[in-house]
Amino acid sequence: MLLYTYFIKMKKILIISLFAFCMAFTASADNSDPTNIKDCSEGFNRASFKFNQGLDKAILRPVAIGYRKLPSGIRTITSNFLNNLSNLVTIPNNALQGDLNKAGTNLARLGINSTVGILGLFDVAKGMGFEKYEKEDYGQTFGVMGSGPGCYLVLPILGSSTARDALGTVVGMFGGDPWYNVTVKNNTHYFKDSDYYISKGTSGVDFRAKNLEAIDNLEENSMDFYASVKSLYLQDRQQKILNSKQTTETQDDSDWDEVSSD
Amino acid sequence: MYLKKKIYLIIILFLFFIPIQNSYSIEPNIFVQSTVNRASAILSNDLSKEEKIEKLKEVALETVDIKGIGFYTLGKHRKTLNDQQKKEYSQLFNKYFLKSFSSRLAEYSNPKIDVNSQEKISEKYTIVTSTLIGTNERPEVKIDWRIYTKNPEKPLIRDLIIEGLSLARTQKEEFNSIIQSNDGDINALFASLKEFINK
Repeated sequence: MLLYTYFIKMKKILIISLFAFCMAFTASADNSDPTNIKDCSEGFNRASFKFNQGLDKAILRPVAIGYRKLPSGIRTITSNFLNNLSNLVTIPNNALQGDLNKAGTNLARLGINSTVGILGLFDVAKGMGFEKYEKEDYGQTFGVMGSGPGCYLVLPILGSSTARDALGTVVGMFGGDPWYNVTVKNNTHYFKDSDYYISKGTSGVDFRAKNLEAIDNLEENSMDFYASVKSLYLQDRQQKILNSKQTTETQDDSDWDEVSSD
Repeated sequence: MYLKKKIYLIIILFLFFIPIQNSYSIEPNIFVQSTVNRASAILSNDLSKEEKIEKLKEVALETVDIKGIGFYTLGKHRKTLNDQQKKEYSQLFNKYFLKSFSSRLAEYSNPKIDVNSQEKISEKYTIVTSTLIGTNERPEVKIDWRIYTKNPEKPLIRDLIIEGLSLARTQKEEFNSIIQSNDGDINALFASLKEFINK
């Protein structure tokens, strides 16, 4: 409840901050190679990163450890529910990126899993041959359309981003995310604001629980944890925008070619 | 009689050299699978964490091109080092790598990795793809291995790419950040490495 109240208070501040950052930096950088993305406000970013680390240690990590103790069936249906909900943003982005086949498949998955799969708790569509695809968002769509990432950002609570990805988040808040529209933006009688924040918070817990050892290990073995997280985030975004997990397509090999250990 | 002896000698010499010729090249996917099997055997063994770490270090020294990874992670700063600094860096990186690598791996108990396929991307490199089988705690993970095949008799691991994220590249950007934050002073990186090694 305390976290929920905190989310509400932060909402307006976040929207204003996001707009300010996006307007300032999106147009300033057009190179999508992660190594060339500027950290224009490193001081703010590092402070924000430290704040998020504090939240992680105080709230997210302990909750994720508790969540891991739940029976695996409950964790699976929670993941299924959240994945199904994420289709509401993925489908319009599939369409905007011109990938109508994936949009159609995801629409079918959403329809089947929301009805036969009881509000998305069960992934019935997978068994029917509708393949599960990667999530898409407005930041990725801007990237596919040719927009540069702009500067790297670390947002309080929300974590790593870039000016382009933050603008994508703003688009979601201004009509692009149907789940946000029916919970927070419009006063429907069916959903409350808290439904949105609880779903987002649970997504964070689910992600942290799935990556508990990996993140702890990375922190323990990093000399500059901030730089490691930044690198991983930017690599991940680059490959998501290219829709590829082929290493050779997303990495510049020239530096490897120069290295000799003979 | 002399001719017969000569023929025998030729046959013996021929047979002697055949096995050497056949042992030349090691397929990168077989190399990865055998390395994974060695590491899994250590991790699933009933040893203390410290013993596991020592044994994993031995495997890493034989199968990973630590010196090559070290120079890759220096990036653009590689060219600014003199011979003495290069030597000091190589020694520091070797210790740093073994400590960080083995303590990361030692957390896993009996990981199961299936090697799937390989793709030769250049004369020097082959990418081997594999899958870390999921458990109740964590999902399935795709791991690609960048294998340095300049010497096909002794392939070496140069990078692990986990779900598309390169560990070497992450390391390179971390090192670059440390150097940049200290006005390009390479000694700041050396100090951080020493601190990590001694902690």
